[in-house]
Amino acid sequence: MLKLKFHFFVFGTFFMLSIFSGCMPSHGAGKPTVTVWHWMTDRDPALKELAKRYEAKTGIKINFELYAPSDAYSQKVRAAAQGASLPDIFGILGEKRDFASFIKAGFVLELTGYMGENSGEWENVFFSKALAVNGFNDGNTYGVKPGIYGVPIDIMTIQMLYNKSLFKKLGLNPDKPPKDFTEFLGMAKKIKAAGLQGLVSGWGEIWMIDCLAGNYAFNIMGPDKVIATIKGEVPYTDPDWIKVLSLFKDMQESGLLVSGIVTMVNKTAEQIFANEKAVFAFNGSWCVNVYKGMNPELKYAVFLPPKASDNYPMVIRGGAGSSFMVNARSSKKEEAVKFLRWLTDDDQQAYLAEATNNLPANKNSISRVPEILASFAKSMDCATHPNIWGVRESAPVIEVFGKGIQSIIIGKKSPEQVAAETQRMKERELARKRK
Amino acid sequence: MRIKSSLENYILVLPALLIFSVFYIIPFIWVFQLSLFDWDGILPVKTFVALANFKEILFQDSSWWQAMRNAGYITLVALTFQNALAFLLALACDRQIRMKNFYRVVFFIPPILSEIVVGMVWRFIINDVDGANIINRFFYGIGMPQLAHNWLTDPDIALTTVAIVHSWKGFGWGFLIFLAGLQTIPRELYEAARVDGANAWGCFKKITFPSMVPVIVLVAILTILGTMQAFALILGLVGGEFAGHTSVPVLRILSVMRDSSRFGYACAQGLSFGVILVVISFIQYRLSKRYRQR
Amino acid sequence: MKSLIYYKTKKITLDLLTHLFLFSIAVTCLYPLLWMVASSFKTQETIFSDISLIPKKFHFENYYFALSESDFGRYLLNSVFYTVAVVIAIVIIASMAAYAFSRLRFPGRNIIFAVFIAAMMIPIPGSFVALFVLLNKLHLRDTPLGYILCMINVGLSMSIFLLKTFFDTMPRELEDAARIDGCSKIGIWRHVALPLAKPVLAVVVVLNALNVWNEYVLALVIFDNKNLMPLQRALMIFQGEFLTNYPLLMAGLTVTALPIIIVYLLMQKYIVKGVTSGALFG
Repeated sequence: MLKLKFHFFVFGTFFMLSIFSGCMPSHGAGKPTVTVWHWMTDRDPALKELAKRYEAKTGIKINFELYAPSDAYSQKVRAAAQGASLPDIFGILGEKRDFASFIKAGFVLELTGYMGENSGEWENVFFSKALAVNGFNDGNTYGVKPGIYGVPIDIMTIQMLYNKSLFKKLGLNPDKPPKDFTEFLGMAKKIKAAGLQGLVSGWGEIWMIDCLAGNYAFNIMGPDKVIATIKGEVPYTDPDWIKVLSLFKDMQESGLLVSGIVTMVNKTAEQIFANEKAVFAFNGSWCVNVYKGMNPELKYAVFLPPKASDNYPMVIRGGAGSSFMVNARSSKKEEAVKFLRWLTDDDQQAYLAEATNNLPANKNSISRVPEILASFAKSMDCATHPNIWGVRESAPVIEVFGKGIQSIIIGKKSPEQVAAETQRMKERELARKRK
Repeated sequence: MRIKSSLENYILVLPALLIFSVFYIIPFIWVFQLSLFDWDGILPVKTFVALANFKEILFQDSSWWQAMRNAGYITLVALTFQNALAFLLALACDRQIRMKNFYRVVFFIPPILSEIVVGMVWRFIINDVDGANIINRFFYGIGMPQLAHNWLTDPDIALTTVAIVHSWKGFGWGFLIFLAGLQTIPRELYEAARVDGANAWGCFKKITFPSMVPVIVLVAILTILGTMQAFALILGLVGGEFAGHTSVPVLRILSVMRDSSRFGYACAQGLSFGVILVVISFIQYRLSKRYRQR
Repeated sequence: MKSLIYYKTKKITLDLLTHLFLFSIAVTCLYPLLWMVASSFKTQETIFSDISLIPKKFHFENYYFALSESDFGRYLLNSVFYTVAVVIAIVIIASMAAYAFSRLRFPGRNIIFAVFIAAMMIPIPGSFVALFVLLNKLHLRDTPLGYILCMINVGLSMSIFLLKTFFDTMPRELEDAARIDGCSKIGIWRHVALPLAKPVLAVVVVLNALNVWNEYVLALVIFDNKNLMPLQRALMIFQGEFLTNYPLLMAGLTVTALPIIIVYLLMQKYIVKGVTSGALFG
């Protein structure tokens, strides 16, 4: 009797399971469908709307599948690559090195041909910096055949922001953000006296610190020396690098940095700036959407990081925000390319920009975006991105460098110590690569 | 008959073995193989490096050992603070007949809550920057400002804060098991002892504690295993490794996998971690056996 | 000779202190839960500024939005299905194996058990990729069965360990009696071991239910089909790439926490009831 119950359980479960697995909606065999995997939760509704429009226009169904958060998305894409079941269109998050590996493994379709058609009709639609991130140059160190492999659908820049209302409150001119570093530090006292916080940013995330440090590195010693350091020709103990590191020490000592800045994730930093508790923020153009959601009344503007040196121009991190790649092994790659082309056309880019407050990759659509967003795009000329330098610092070195800056900020290490540590790690990495 | 009997033995174990071999052994072999290679996780090309990964972990990876030390510290706090708390609460609940059911339910709520919630709420309570910092306000309120600290942003005490929050989340399990164990001690033993003139402390020393030893050992093993592998809570509380100060092994492995694409190395880290855990458990098991034989 | 009043006072103070101790800990346990529930009734702007446990205004519509948000009901059902399936499967499979390890003799018994225990301790980073490829080969990838089998494996080692520890302390007389009556080994497992093991089984149920209910990454990697996703996926929707809708997230989390609390309430009766009959640790 009891054995029967036991068997019932087992069979019952398997029965339910088979029913369940049978009830899968099969993809329509008639209409071709292009499947896109993406991670952008905020843009999912807008993308699905565009998919509908495309289907109405061409009869081809575009299936946007959302897998979030981005860490989990990366895992999924990698696993799918290993199992040879990537969708028609997908994105590769992470560094250029991973992008290169995907290309070399044959997962990404080369788009140079399509881009170059009609004397570069498609290619010219984009900001050059956005496309550069998706392409590989002649003689690149990744061993990838030169060409364009991805389609940017938006761009982003990371800059300094300041709160105009708080500026007025402090008696500062709301149209004149600090131009140089000394002026920047000088404001700290006034800010503290008013009971406010100075600069907030998500420096619990190493890449954010790396970003600002990189900007100042370019400003103090110029792009060539920075690249030379990555190549191993210049040590990190060089006085210019110590100058870069000392900037963070100066910021901390002047009281300019928000307390607890090195444990913050960017989301928290955004909250603080939106709540008008901090006067300055260092954040990317995606923040426009965020701040709008947190505090629609916020009055703020962007400015370049105040220069610490007159030797070289200041740069900002900028380039493609999100990009899509086409699966080279997909049976629908032609359709996929056609869709991406349509997606990056003026009208669709303008729609995306309005709906999601992101900067379009199509430079012709810039005139149709809201003012604050456009101001982010104005400095695209000063933008640079590690993915276009042709070389990439190895991850352990970046980690030691970034963590070192965190330690400087919390007062545990000196700039010289961090420089020495970074150099040691660099030498270890160089030795490892030589083997 | 004999054959049927042996067959039955195997039938009982078969489903478990089958699932285990397919879903654990095979991935394990894959990971083990990978730990001997230098691979980025994408290219079909792998370079065989034999034990180089392990050598690097043992001798050169200081951030790995910092993570291990941190995990060890949190585990130590868990073994002492968390389990002592669980034990005391179980003792207290054992006496109090009233409200026992209420407490039994309430104390198990922390383990049930998802780590996101726990991280967020605690961050809100004790963080001075983006939270209400209720704790520090309390200290100011009762006139003891020197007790107020930057619980999550001071590198020296951040790890301890994490350890305490982790203990808060974990003591529910220990409490449950201890309570169960306490309730199996027959009441007659206590009555007999009291007749013989023993006081509360004597009862505890002679009856309660010896009976609870196997339970304590079980809880200790489970605590070590569980706490060493903790990571999600730290992500919710501090957002990351905080310049290494709140780094733990699993977080390290994940960040290696994500940031440097050294899949093989990450596998080697995972294996080394596992080996260390096995060794610790083995030592514990041996020690407890010896204690019991005394 | 100390007076009666002395003993009475001592007892009362001790009781009071005990209650104080228990109560203060209970408060710290309840506070986050209450904050989560309270937050689910607030709005995005007030959630961090308004720190009281009782929101000034109750926004019940948060629950409506959270639940009506794309397929929340389907994800809930999926999670329930996976949890029930996995728990039932583990209860059966793990108890069978644990009984065998504890009571029966067969070649390789100790080694196999040691391997199971070791598996409990060695985490496999990147096992998602391995399982993905494996399931692909077995054509089980985008299916409920594949996910369920993986999740069974996840909880197997710990469950077997707990159950075996219990079975080791089980009194043999009942088994001997059953054997004399002509019961087969499977029969003994079914009629003697399982009923006695109720308290440990209850712990196993709660443990695995929690694990499956809160699992997310494996589901995301293995499933392509949105309709198969568990509850956690719905929660992730509220956590946008750059902006988190906290009140809705809290509402979602509250709904997510409820079933597990109910499971625990149901099971904890068994844990203590069985225990007082002296069955748990001998």
